[in-house]
Amino acid sequence: MSDRLFTAWLQLKYQKIRFLIALSGVIFAVIIIFFQLGISNALFDGAVRFHQGLQGDCFILSSRSTNLTDLASFSQRRLSQAQAFEEVEYVNPIYFGVARWKNPESRNSWQSIGMIGFDLRHQTFDLPGIKSNINRLQARDTVLFDRNSRTEFGAVAEQFERDNSVITEVSNRRIKVVGLFELGTSFAFDGNILTSDLNFLRISNREKGFIDIGLIKLKTGADPENFKLKLQEYLPQDVQVFTKQEFINFEQNYWQTSQPIGFTFNLNVVMSFIVGAVVVYQILYTNVSEHLKEFATLKAIGYSHQYLLNIVFQQALIIGSLGYIPGLAIAIFIYKFAQQATLLPIAMTWQRAINILVATIIMCLIAGVSAVKKMKSANPADIF
Amino acid sequence: MNPITICQVNYYFGKKALAKQVLFDINLDIEAGEIVILTGPSGSGKTTLLTLIGGLRAVQSGSLCTLGKELFQASEAELVKLRGQIGYIFQAHNLLPFMTAQQNVQMSLELNQDLSSHQIVSQAQEMLAAVGLGDKGNYYPDHLSGGQKQRAAIARALANQPKLILADEPTAALDSKSGREVVNIMYRLVKENHSTILLVTHDGRILDIADRIIYMEDGRLAQRKTFL
Repeated sequence: MSDRLFTAWLQLKYQKIRFLIALSGVIFAVIIIFFQLGISNALFDGAVRFHQGLQGDCFILSSRSTNLTDLASFSQRRLSQAQAFEEVEYVNPIYFGVARWKNPESRNSWQSIGMIGFDLRHQTFDLPGIKSNINRLQARDTVLFDRNSRTEFGAVAEQFERDNSVITEVSNRRIKVVGLFELGTSFAFDGNILTSDLNFLRISNREKGFIDIGLIKLKTGADPENFKLKLQEYLPQDVQVFTKQEFINFEQNYWQTSQPIGFTFNLNVVMSFIVGAVVVYQILYTNVSEHLKEFATLKAIGYSHQYLLNIVFQQALIIGSLGYIPGLAIAIFIYKFAQQATLLPIAMTWQRAINILVATIIMCLIAGVSAVKKMKSANPADIF
Repeated sequence: MNPITICQVNYYFGKKALAKQVLFDINLDIEAGEIVILTGPSGSGKTTLLTLIGGLRAVQSGSLCTLGKELFQASEAELVKLRGQIGYIFQAHNLLPFMTAQQNVQMSLELNQDLSSHQIVSQAQEMLAAVGLGDKGNYYPDHLSGGQKQRAAIARALANQPKLILADEPTAALDSKSGREVVNIMYRLVKENHSTILLVTHDGRILDIADRIIYMEDGRLAQRKTFL
């Protein structure tokens, strides 16, 4: 059949404007779906980059904590109790809170910034820039600044690289930036600073003895899952215990279910899918109904009904695949642009590219299945 | 074997209480090589009979053999196969608007699995030349005149050298000069191929090509030698 006339393509090609409209419908849908998935994945990834950087096996949170922006403090004694187990190598108290950052350039601009404090004795974070700078945090009123913070905080990274120090105020306390690290923005925090537990307490004016996250590092060979159950059993109900993966899921689940964000993204994806399918359906349907007489003629001269159905499905596949390619190209371009604008880690993955290709084909086939019903009216007896 | 043998065929439109009989006790034999014109007033059932013969409608009763194939209770696949062996010419040309004249003729030839793509192209060109459109192969139907379109449609219908041609008012939409041309071309090609033709028409100007004229009225056949 390969050297035979490609009826489906000839018909699409003949009406160029209509074909372009069908393609643009698919392109539009593909771009929106890519964009929604890209942004939402980046946001959900961004929300847990902090968790992923933590070098611990189990974590203790107050039972009242629901996510990073809503951490309730709990007594550090709970962490000390955990330390008594023989499986534990070390524990580390982590403080997490919001501070007021003064833009060192425009001196009157104050911004909320995420502030992390931890015990410097242990390797707590595996994030770029921390290991080499950690000792500088021993000094009073020093912080590391997240170079992936948004620009509203000032050109701190550039200034630091030039002068090797930046002086500003955090929550009305004069502090010195002594290094840069990389964490990135998330739903809640447009920028971050990292400091020692002592500096954190000074800046935030909080009393000692109450922490936000308890990190537990287990000895090699100990099973985090078992230890978690054991610890949860042992500790009172005022704290909850997670493995690292559970801690990550806990955060993502909050943003996906307790906030409208996840729902909104999913709704947009579904809507674009429907819009794309409807546009393709319209074009396929018009192609059939406008040429009903000619298609009936094909039947009269000996073509089977299946041949006519194949025309519609071939057109659906052509529109789907030809629309997907520019859609993908534009989406990659938009990803680059959005990444620069938001500093969210938006990137095209093979997995997503393939998923959307399959979704696009399904979208066009649904349109084809709906449009092909019209072909039943192509009755050769009616054309005489 | 006669290309068309019809025995006691009745046909009804609609079902049960609403059924209306449109064909009454049709008996007809058409011999190979005959040119038969079927004429009669509008609504007399001519086209219905033509579509039954062509396998475009299901035969409800009696016996109807086209090209030796019994169509009473024939399956859809059998009907599709039969249609490929018949040349159809319609009142409207019914060419696919998104294909050139050449491609439209090729569509008909492509049903023949034995032909190579090279043969299909050359036979389509020969066929167009035979209807006087040798230089119009790359034209889309929109750019052809009414007579040219109908000639392209004839080229499509006759490309496979069918043994039976069914034509329904092929000249109705044409002026007398192009109507005459179309009929002459049809006549010449049919005689060259020794095909049989059954032609439904109201057009008194073309009756002279017929070997036999059949008159139909109110769903019944009456044979005549001349047309009054």
